[in-house]
This record gives sequence, structure tokens and C-alpha cells, in this order.
Amino acid sequence: MNRQMDAELLIDHFQTMLRIRFHEEAIKKLFAQGKIGGSTHLCIGQEAIAVGVIGLLKKEDYIVSTHRGHGHMLAKGGQLKPMLAEILGKNDGYCKGKGGSMHIASIELGNLGANGIVSGGLPIAVGSALSARMRKTDQITVVFFGDGASNEGNTHESMNLASLWKLPVLFLFENNHYAVSTEISRSMAGSMAKRAAGYDIPFTEVDGNDVEAVHFAAEEVIDHVRSGNGPFVMQCNTYRMEGHYFGDAMVYRTSAEVEEWRKKDPILHVEQLFRERSILTADEIASLRAGIQAEVDDAVAFAENSSQPALDSIFSDVYSEWQ
Amino acid sequence: MEALREGMRQAMQQDERVFVIGEDIGVYGGAFGVTAGLIDEFGPKRIIDTPISEAGIAGAVIGAAITGMRPIGEIQFSDFVVISMEQLVMQGAKMRFMFGGKADVPFVMRLAGGSGTGAAAQHSESLENWFVHVPGLKVVMPSSPYDAKGLLLAAIQDNNPIMFFEHKLLYKTKGPVPEEMYTIPLGQSHVVREGKDLTLIATSIMVSRAQQAAEQLAEEGIEIEIIDPRTLKPLDEKPIVDSVIKTGKALIVHEAVKTGGFGGELAAVIMESEAFAYLDAPVRRLAGLDMPIPYNRNLEYHAVPQVENIVEEARKLVKGQY
Ligand SMILES: Cc1ncc(C[n+]2csc(CCOP(=O)(O)OP(=O)(O)O)c2C)c(N)n1
Ligand SMILES: [Mg+2]
Repeated sequence: MNRQMDAELLIDHFQTMLRIRFHEEAIKKLFAQGKIGGSTHLCIGQEAIAVGVIGLLKKEDYIVSTHRGHGHMLAKGGQLKPMLAEILGKNDGYCKGKGGSMHIASIELGNLGANGIVSGGLPIAVGSALSARMRKTDQITVVFFGDGASNEGNTHESMNLASLWKLPVLFLFENNHYAVSTEISRSMAGSMAKRAAGYDIPFTEVDGNDVEAVHFAAEEVIDHVRSGNGPFVMQCNTYRMEGHYFGDAMVYRTSAEVEEWRKKDPILHVEQLFRERSILTADEIASLRAGIQAEVDDAVAFAENSSQPALDSIFSDVYSEWQ
Repeated sequence: MEALREGMRQAMQQDERVFVIGEDIGVYGGAFGVTAGLIDEFGPKRIIDTPISEAGIAGAVIGAAITGMRPIGEIQFSDFVVISMEQLVMQGAKMRFMFGGKADVPFVMRLAGGSGTGAAAQHSESLENWFVHVPGLKVVMPSSPYDAKGLLLAAIQDNNPIMFFEHKLLYKTKGPVPEEMYTIPLGQSHVVREGKDLTLIATSIMVSRAQQAAEQLAEEGIEIEIIDPRTLKPLDEKPIVDSVIKTGKALIVHEAVKTGGFGGELAAVIMESEAFAYLDAPVRRLAGLDMPIPYNRNLEYHAVPQVENIVEEARKLVKGQY
């Protein structure tokens, strides 16, 4: 790769990646303190994909996210305070504490929702892209899905529909190599490249831990999709650095494998680029880190102090109106 | 959960046609650990890890069942069964009938259901009554470790397609379980506690909540009779009807939302029976609120019946406040 990202944009992306990383680290702490229950899936190690792709979208564009979706939301303009408030189940959260980590959404920001149902978002992306075309806008929809999700019928029906109708959908395949305990070689027959070809959808594959590679690949792909040429499948290879959920003993993989991937940490990679290109000094990096950490700490405090949803609101939002 | 595991292990030891298939059930031992260790004993040919493909799991189970195997499928969270619906409802349930009785469809689909874990709206549902509505399926819901093993073994031996709903919060309950193989026939209600003042019919986790409520009420001199149908379909009506004839009052408690829930069916069974003439109060249902399960823990707690709600409802009914 000889193209280089503009230094300012790279710094910007670096900050968003840090925001995501520190957000996830904060959740780990809150979980350990027993302040979060249920299942919360962290995207540590996958930040470059969310930032590299979503960084190219317009505000009006849509994303459809997954159960591992905090990074997608923060990259689409999500704010730390309502994010963390939601994850703590509080009133000030994006979903008033009713949805939680797996259902974070903001129609205003163009995030049509994280999803507790693996592959649940793909058909929705077909719908939002269809709607964009019917409403004659140039909005595109980027739908994220994992290696696990790739094996559900939803995924195949959606790829077929989007191709058949030439819809503006970017199928963003986040291959982090695992679906809970199942490594991709034990779950996927064929390959995403061949599957895309089977549906007549163009395909590209990049190193998902390299934000620059993601950025440049996504730039072309998004241009293709926005220009009315139909869908695209983009595969980003990465690694789920944490367990499937907090407390996962990870009996299904070796620590050597995890260590190998730790060396390819997408954030460390950007720091290396800063050094190589003399963009930022170690001190400047440290001060950026401290700044983002302070933002996150502030948001945690805000979320912890936010009130619980009132019991008498329990029924609200089930229907838009009743009777 | 050890009871379920032991049941599966013994069934697999005894009958090589029995195998288990589902997501992350091998080395990982299942999302809740129910199948932990089984892969070491039986290997990956009989403890089959699948990709995330619930329609595929259901179809594989049905196809294997009609060709001589006795599969046990696992749906990681019962919510995901919605993806298997076509295979289960349109194929597995009706096959015997449509084929003029020429197919046996002997499978058990185990599903982890229920709320109380903070997992929000798509991981907490209680969908059992959807399946009660489908002719051809049997629906089982154990409430104790003893019942879990005995009902599971009976289900594995049964020649019909069976939906076996486990409650996530019950996986950790302790109770006496015989080591040997035993079965509890499907279609036998269980009188869990005897009493003269009120018949309380409860399913799954609500049975233990009802027992706690009954103990509190006993201190006030109110004697509750608790009946656990154990299999929602086929339903053993007689113990329920007999009990209501004795007490004259019926309270039905389940976690699934009230509207369209199994409680309506039970109420109708009572009303259509000779017990109707003995009722001296309306039949009451206490069930989940008519809403998705909220993420916030306090709202989640209040979305489904708790011990204190059962105490209050039972007391009102006994005291003639309805
Ligand atoms: C329909 C459905 N089946 C199973 C699950 C349970 N589950 C949650 S996440 C997950 C793994 C998903 O793997 P992948 O799509 O690769 O995403 P990743 O977790 O790696 O981000 C599974 C099996 C679910 N939520 N929905
Ligand atoms: Mg994955």
C-alpha cells in the first residue's frame, strides 16, 4: 500500500478508535464491578473497521449493526454519555435503558440498530436501501455482519435481493474468525468471495486491522455503491481479542494465537504509522490518549449518576399509541 | 443442568441412535454449560457443533428423525427458535399426519428460555405457547432437576416431535436426582403441594416461586395447592379439575405474556369442565406483562411474576376480593 492517508484524518481516526477502545475497557470494569448484567460483546481489536468505513459515510447514510456494535455506533457519531447510560440500563441511554448493549440504535444518527439476533440486520438493510431508492435519495446502507452470521439464511436471502434489485447496500463482512467458540474453518463452507460471486456481487478483501487499508478500500466500494451500481461485499479480516462475552474462559483457542493477534492491534499499528511518518511524538500520542480517557471517565460518571427508568414507564414504547 | 446432562449421557450410552446437535455444544459445552464434557465421551460425530443456522439445525433433526435416528437439538436461546419455525411447524409437526401415519418423527428440541439474566428483549422470551398451538408437537416444561431428567428421558423415548423448554434460571437449582435412568411419563400433572384454599397452577420457574409464596401464605393460615402440568401438551387435566372442585378457586401463573399465553388455555379447560360449577371466584391469571422483556434490571424484574406478586394475588383470591 503506497497511498497514505492525510495526517489530520489519520489523527482523527486514531482518536475515534481510542474512544471506542476506552469505552470498551470501561465496560469491562463496570462488568467486573457487577454493574452490568446480561451479555455485552466488546469490539476490542476491530476498531479500525468501524472507523475506516463509517468515517467515509455521510450523516444521512445508514448503518445496520450487530451485537458487537459499540464501535459502529461511536463511529457514526454516537456520544459516549448516552452509550454508557444505555449499557447501564439508565434513562439517559439511547434507548432509555430498555434495549441495552445489544439493541443500541439511533434513527437520527442513521444507526438502524445493533441486533441480538445474529444476521437479523441484513434483511433490514435491504429494506432501508430499497426505501432510499424509492425516496430518491443517494443514501447508502452499510450492514455489518460476522463470520457466524454469514451462515444464516437471512444473509443469503439479503445478498440475493440486494443484487437482484441493484440496491445501494455495502455488505461489510467482519471476519473476526470466531462465532462464540466456533472458528470460521468449522463453520463456513466455501468463502465469502465465492458466495458474493454466486450472487453476482463484486467483492474485495482487506486487512481489517489496518485503518488505512480499510479506508482506501471502502472509499472505492462506497463510490461504487453510491453511484447506483448495486451492492458490494467487503471482507475485513480481524480478530476478536476478547472472549465472546465478559468472563468467557476461551477454552476453544490458545493464548499463543491471541498473543499473535495482539501484535497486530489496530491502535498500535496507527501509533507506528505516526512514528514512521513523524506525524506525532510519543508525548503527543500520550496526551491524546489521556484526553480521550478523560472523556470516557466523564461519561462513565455521567452514566452512573443517570436515573433508573421509572417503573410507571414500563409499558411506554410498546406501541406508538394504544386505542 | 447436571440432571439434563446425565439424562442425555445415559440415553446416548444406551441407544446409539441418540445424538446431540446445536451451536457451541462441543468443546464450549453450550452457552449455559449443559452439554459440558459430552464431547469427550462421545466425540464430535455424536456431539455435533453447527454453524449459526437454526433452520438448518431444525431441519437436520427432523430429517435424521424420520430416517431412523433419535436426535436431540439444542437452540442456544429459545428466542432463536423463530428462525427454525418453518421446519418445526410446517414440516416436523405435521409430517406423520400428512404422510398418513407412515413417518415417525422422534426428536427432542431443547430450548433455553426465560428472563431474569439481563439479556433484554431478544434473549429472554417464553415462547412455549406458540408450540402448544401446533398439532403434532408435544411441549414439555420441567420445573425441577428431578423432573428435568425424567421428562427428558421420556421425551427421548417418545416417537413424536417434542419441544423441551428449559429455564435459564433453573439451570443452577439443586435437588435430588436418582443416578439410574428413569422416566416421568409425558402428560402427567404433578401435585407439588396440597392445600384446600386455592388451586395454583404454575409452569417452569413459576413453580418454585409459587412454592415460596405458598410457604408465606401458610403462615397466614392460607393453604395453597400447587399443580405443575409439566407437559403443556398433552395436558393432564384431571388433577387440575379435581383440585379446583376441591378448592373452588384457581390461579394460573406463568412467565410468558398473559395475552395469548397458556393461562388462557388452562382457564378454558377449567371453565369447560365440571369444576365450573364449583368455582366461587373468577379464574385468575398472573403472567408476564404484555411487552418485550426490558433490559433495565428493575423493569425486567417487574415484567414477570415474582413471589410477592403471587402472594398478593393468591391472598386476594382467597379472601374473596375478586
Ligand atoms: C439467531 C441467533 N443465533 C445464535 C445467537 C447466539 N450468538 C450470539 S453472538 C453469536 C456469534 C456470532 O458470531 P459472528 O456473527 O461471527 O459475530 P461475532 O460475535 O464474532 O462478532 C452467537 C452464536 C444469536 N444471538 N442469534
Ligand atoms: Mg465472528
